[in-house]
Amino acid sequence: MREFSYARPSQPADALTAIAGTRGARYLGGGTNLVDLMKLGVESPGLLVDVTALPYDLVEEGAGGGLRVGSGVRNSDLAANMAVRRRYPALAQAVLAGASGQLRNMATVGGNLLQRTRCSYFQDVTKPCNKRVPGSGCPARQGEHHNLAILGASPHCVATHPSDMAVALAAFDAVVHVEGPAGPRQVPLSELYRLPGDEPQHETTLDSGTLITTVELPALPLAANSRYRKARERASYAFAIGSVAAALAVVNGVVVDVRVALGAVAPMPWRAHLAEQALRGGPATEQAFKEAADAELARAQPLRDNRYKIPLLRNLMVRTLSELLEAS
Amino acid sequence: MSTLTATVGMPVSRIEGVAKVTGQARYAAEFPLAGLAYGWVAQSTIARGWIDSIEAEAVLGLPGVLAVITHQNALPLQAVDDGELLVLQDRRVHYRGQTVALVVASALEQARAAADALPVRYDPEPHDVLLSADHPGLFAPDHVNPNLPTDTLTGDVDAGLARAEVTVEQTYSTPAEHNNPMEPHATTAYWDGDRLTVYDSNQGATRVHQALVQLFGLQDGAVRVVSEHVGGGFGSKGSTRPQTVLAAMAARMLDRPVRVTFTRQQLFSLVGYRTPTIQRVRLGADPSGRLGALDHEVFEQTSTLYEFAEQTAAFSRVMYAAPNLRTRHRLVALDVPTPRWMRAPGEAPGSFAVESAMDELAEACGVDPIDLRVRNEPTVEPEGGRPFSSRNLVACLHDGAARFGWTGRDPRQGFRRDGRWLIGTGVAASTYPARSMPSTASVALEADRFVVRVTAADIGTGSRTALTQVAADELGVPLERVDVRIGDSDYGPAMVAGGSMGMASWSWAVVKACRQLRAAIIRHEPVPDGGLVAHADTTDDILAQADLVRHSFGAQFAEVRVDIDTGEIRVPRLVGVFAAGRIINAKTARSQLIGGMTMGLSMALFEESLMDAQFGDYLNHDFAGYHIAAHADVHTIDVNWIDEHDDQLNPLGVKGLGEIGIVGTAAAIANAVYDATGHRQRHLPISPERVLTA
Repeated sequence: MREFSYARPSQPADALTAIAGTRGARYLGGGTNLVDLMKLGVESPGLLVDVTALPYDLVEEGAGGGLRVGSGVRNSDLAANMAVRRRYPALAQAVLAGASGQLRNMATVGGNLLQRTRCSYFQDVTKPCNKRVPGSGCPARQGEHHNLAILGASPHCVATHPSDMAVALAAFDAVVHVEGPAGPRQVPLSELYRLPGDEPQHETTLDSGTLITTVELPALPLAANSRYRKARERASYAFAIGSVAAALAVVNGVVVDVRVALGAVAPMPWRAHLAEQALRGGPATEQAFKEAADAELARAQPLRDNRYKIPLLRNLMVRTLSELLEAS
Repeated sequence: MSTLTATVGMPVSRIEGVAKVTGQARYAAEFPLAGLAYGWVAQSTIARGWIDSIEAEAVLGLPGVLAVITHQNALPLQAVDDGELLVLQDRRVHYRGQTVALVVASALEQARAAADALPVRYDPEPHDVLLSADHPGLFAPDHVNPNLPTDTLTGDVDAGLARAEVTVEQTYSTPAEHNNPMEPHATTAYWDGDRLTVYDSNQGATRVHQALVQLFGLQDGAVRVVSEHVGGGFGSKGSTRPQTVLAAMAARMLDRPVRVTFTRQQLFSLVGYRTPTIQRVRLGADPSGRLGALDHEVFEQTSTLYEFAEQTAAFSRVMYAAPNLRTRHRLVALDVPTPRWMRAPGEAPGSFAVESAMDELAEACGVDPIDLRVRNEPTVEPEGGRPFSSRNLVACLHDGAARFGWTGRDPRQGFRRDGRWLIGTGVAASTYPARSMPSTASVALEADRFVVRVTAADIGTGSRTALTQVAADELGVPLERVDVRIGDSDYGPAMVAGGSMGMASWSWAVVKACRQLRAAIIRHEPVPDGGLVAHADTTDDILAQADLVRHSFGAQFAEVRVDIDTGEIRVPRLVGVFAAGRIINAKTARSQLIGGMTMGLSMALFEESLMDAQFGDYLNHDFAGYHIAAHADVHTIDVNWIDEHDDQLNPLGVKGLGEIGIVGTAAAIANAVYDATGHRQRHLPISPERVLTA
């Protein structure tokens, strides 16, 4: 029997100490991914440090009109928060587009950010996977990859990051606050994840034992006019095959500011900087949206069975921006 | 005798409903037994080859481990046809995921950990796991299920096609699909001396009883199979599955009760699935749409362990009046798990191809799809020429058209729009055989209650409740005075809950027994020592039936909305009208038809088991990867039936409802998607990817 220890400290310092003292220890949030991976044998931690009793369960006003979201806030509570819904609607929409009601009631913000890919090979310990067993190979490139990455992947790994929430956070320049052995630190979400390169086993820039405490949403008036649109293979309870979080501000027909991030296309929530650059200061027209989408997707490197994601993401970007234009 | 309102036809709520929702209904894995041990399967990680070695010693010392059963020490089993049941008998590996060992431990977690840690070495061989229409291994099986001819030919199809002014020639395909009942397969087994008892999750205790008698070389009376409550099967529990044999074997070897329960992931390799199909359909017609020729050729797979030949083209043998009619099945034995029955085996995939092709023909002829079907309505069975016992397809089509609002449908495609949604409608026809099979039943007067015993199965369909209604009416007593006991092989042989044959078969035996008992009471016969009891066996009655074609029919209508940007499909409305003989329980019948149509929607849009060619297994083996319709996908499903009286079926005129709900749904949806988009979808499921790249 794979035995493991379990601790549920109420003080952050105790959590950090517990993790630091045990090899293979893992933080446990809602358990909606980690427990599955334990059952599959992908993860076999000797110690679970349950972080849900830590004082990180609030959504609070941040400096200058932003919000500070505790890492232990449950997905359902985040999506229901009125400040989030008014000021960052795409974030509430993204959270509600994910998983199921039961899972959202359990899942936490911190856990959502650090969830693992749902690539079938990663989840099956009888098959090779460079992320799980470095150097063992990536069968997905030749095998089943219809919902794997077209952007940011490498010959060693084509996994996607599965989060919906993180796509909206990427669009809004969220900043992740962490506590670690070396003290507190702030990491922009854009710097939280690493592209796989030749070390797909390293997914984030966080040191081992680091604890996410807060996700800070900077003040972003533009975000009030934001949307999250997710395409999936059934109407609910399915990971995205493509998604877009976008915010748009238009004055006199000109794009004064814009945010676009894409989901289900890359190993991380994919901020569409090229699309944003193409749009900023230019006309807010459907033609401009198409050109911006094309600019972003020009660098896509699809595999045999995921080429459809290019027209899908193009359509999603154009449609979402068009709807935001109508609403602005 | 008091006057009682007949209960047959009434919407009676499930008798065991409270027991189920309060957790008192016991399922196979829930029977507590002293000294119970738990078995966990170790599964092969190669798709073809040989077991080289299994190091049982490496895990025998782990906590709680009681035994490691492999081909080296397994109890020898007697030969049976189904090679999937000859577990752990030799070194051969026939597919990835096959059971190579059973680890038994005092606790479930201990067994699981030891099975995961068990070192197994293999001599692999190259595997062959992909079905194609030009596979060199294709062959014509001796027959297709259940015992139908592999090929049929009436007239001259090639000449008929050559003469036809309008032809449709297309290839359609359906993927492998897994049944995925809510309750995974499970067995709790124990031996009392030489008598074996299993609590088993199945669709028919009689068949499991027979298999265990054969496999373990026992007398009939030495095996008891108890299956009081079963959490669904959809065909995957239609005959014995390996967990039953493993549990019984381990219990024998260890001389203590053993339970074996499969996980959701394990179901994807160990208990069957619907074969993928590739279907070539050729239709030839005159300009009015009257068929001159119909050719239906099917390619499908089986395993190297057991020949399973799905009767996919059987649909074409009964549906339309084509004077030149050919059906053919070709099979290839691959290094894959054995495909099995899955809801409406044959007709579900077959109807997708033919009912899609009929829609293509309607368009090619400029004829309304309903008119086309009515125009090709046969007076006798198209293949064989036997009369139908009843056939009300046309009535279903017309009734459904009225309910759906089909009349006046614009035949143009791709122009009805609501914002970013394209809207379309489609229709398809349904059919399924209506068979009754020999069964036995008894009814006894015990104190002031009537106790019916029949080895029926209630896999969630409501059959226990329906049989109570049947018995109450026959005995002329209120429902409350009847106890129907099912799911116990000690009650005598009876048909499985499968192929829509359950109610048709069991109700016959129950009616017969009740009539005998009632007659005995009316005659004031002296009550024997054992109490008043009547036994019935319908074997001779069924052999005496006239040679007729007995089928239920139906018509299904779909409205779809297709997202222009993403290819996502929504189905706001399904309408189904069925002619399925006598409906015993209006409530559970309606539920069953809604369930069938929901599964058809799921088949149309979502369900697909992806074969991983590199490793040879079904890759998406969980509910995150294998998509079944979620609540949000299911909107209005309007289920109706017409009043059909057929006195050539069985005493109550029951045709059965388990399958027909899923037959034709996928074609109706695919035809609606064509109407919405102008692009024909000939391959299931109709995913956003397929819509976007059409």
